[in-house]
Amino acid sequence: MLQNLILNIDAGTIDWSRAQFALTAIYHWLFVPLTLGLAVIMGIVETIYYRTKEQFWKDAAIFWQKLFGINFAMGVATGIILEFEFGTNWSNYSWFVGDIFGAPLAVEGIVAFFMESTFVAVMYFGWKKVSPGFHLASTWLTGLGATISAWWILVANAWMQYPVGCAFNPDTMRNEMVSFAEVALSPFAISKFCHTVTSAWIIGAVFCVGVCSYYMLKRREPRLSIESMKIGAAVGLVAALLAAATGHKSAQDVAAVQPMKLAAMEALYDGGNGIGLKVIEGIEVPKALSFMATNDFEGYVPGINNILNGYTTPDGQVEPSVDEKIKRGKQAIAALAAYRQAKHEGAEEAVINAQLALLNEHMPYFGYGYIRDKEDVVPPIAVNFWAFRVMVGLGGLFILFFAVVLAGAYGWPKFLWRDRSITSLPKWHYWIAIALIPLGYIASESGWLVAEFGRQPWTIQDMLPTWAAVSDLQSGSVMITFFLFLLLFTTMLAVEISILLKQIKKGPES
Amino acid sequence: MGKGSFLHRVFDLYYEGFRDMRLGKTLWAIILIKLFIIFAILKVFFFPNFLKAHAEGDEASYVAEQLLEVRSE
Repeated sequence: MLQNLILNIDAGTIDWSRAQFALTAIYHWLFVPLTLGLAVIMGIVETIYYRTKEQFWKDAAIFWQKLFGINFAMGVATGIILEFEFGTNWSNYSWFVGDIFGAPLAVEGIVAFFMESTFVAVMYFGWKKVSPGFHLASTWLTGLGATISAWWILVANAWMQYPVGCAFNPDTMRNEMVSFAEVALSPFAISKFCHTVTSAWIIGAVFCVGVCSYYMLKRREPRLSIESMKIGAAVGLVAALLAAATGHKSAQDVAAVQPMKLAAMEALYDGGNGIGLKVIEGIEVPKALSFMATNDFEGYVPGINNILNGYTTPDGQVEPSVDEKIKRGKQAIAALAAYRQAKHEGAEEAVINAQLALLNEHMPYFGYGYIRDKEDVVPPIAVNFWAFRVMVGLGGLFILFFAVVLAGAYGWPKFLWRDRSITSLPKWHYWIAIALIPLGYIASESGWLVAEFGRQPWTIQDMLPTWAAVSDLQSGSVMITFFLFLLLFTTMLAVEISILLKQIKKGPES
Repeated sequence: MGKGSFLHRVFDLYYEGFRDMRLGKTLWAIILIKLFIIFAILKVFFFPNFLKAHAEGDEASYVAEQLLEVRSE
């Protein structure tokens, strides 16, 4: 694709900058979901302690809080590097998004700092210092603080996918926020938040069940493992079902505002009504894609060719072809240049206003002005197609897994468990549960691959493609920092895993 | 600051908490090393503010030049 681009910039800079951002984001996302997921587990365990006042539950709560703390500490500040990359590698983008991106991130920073630093301290230091009720509230508020942080980050991400609540200022060359509520409560952000957080709970749950399985494998910590497994499996089952439901809503949002992403996820070239959902190439569930996208089994879903060549939606709305959008994007760029030139030369108000009107008319397609070939707006099909299937397939597997584990932990149905318990199964059962921990991460990261690869080439949907957003840097310098990060992140991940494993081996008595 | 006062109790929470930390000490050491690497090495040597270095105080004009001339040719 890159050879077709309008480039006065080293193509390697775009690729290395994207790779570096992806590496940092993927690494950051290893910590965040476990933080959000374990927050629920430890909150439930401590709630049971609060209600029963039984020492066992206090020890269990402290144990899960320790694992939460290790993960939390290792994840601290890993997201800040993304902000560095915005300022260095994506400077045009950073300027262009203006304060819209900055406001949610600033709120996130303040909330995260004050809420988490206060309540984390009470949670770890306050067992003998504050009342059980206040301690319990602090534990839940620690998790709530992390979840609210995630909200603001996802608001910023959702805005890039579906820019709302903003107006472009041609004088400052920035998008300015006109409605904080529209940005903060964008329907796209709400769906994204619900889907992302529930998928994070799955990771917390699968981690919890995996750790319990390790103890069952080693025939130790019998009560902790069985009781925590019940909680983990229940949280996991609820989360996996919610993730499926919120995923359905997310798919409808994508269908409405990013139809090319949906078409790429399905490798759908020619759309229509009553379109089936491919399980894999050659096998499909009839009409399921139409239902997924529109809530109607006969709903219209455009394919890649329809989007490239233009189509009419069932409600009669005409979606222009990409060639038409390119033409209008170029008009927007020309109008912006003329507007700035006229202002610079002190031209008459009428001349300036005429260019401004032209700019506003074509602004929705501004980013298309940087596209040379219409094929450049098609995201990588294979990555989207398979990442989507990995995410959905593993999501389905987790529903089944948690249901089976939950039934086993409670000994349902009784005739199957008459002579045995879940703590004394053959070892391979536990190995399977442990092996599912990385699969939880693979499912979650695959979801992000769909979200981010699916919107290529846009850094901001329809406004700014990657090659206009990137800084004019030497690709070599970005490549060096990419490998530096790879080394740093790998080392830090190895340290985290080693501390976590050590703590799990020690168990709750430590 | 009286012994039973709110401020004293907050101070005591943090003081005794940090003093009695075991695993926490290792985690804090890792956090501080990480913050040092991120802010004192990565930020300073590898992630300068690109616009500050290239726009000479007029970021809007620099980005306009990039988006309207350089990238759209």
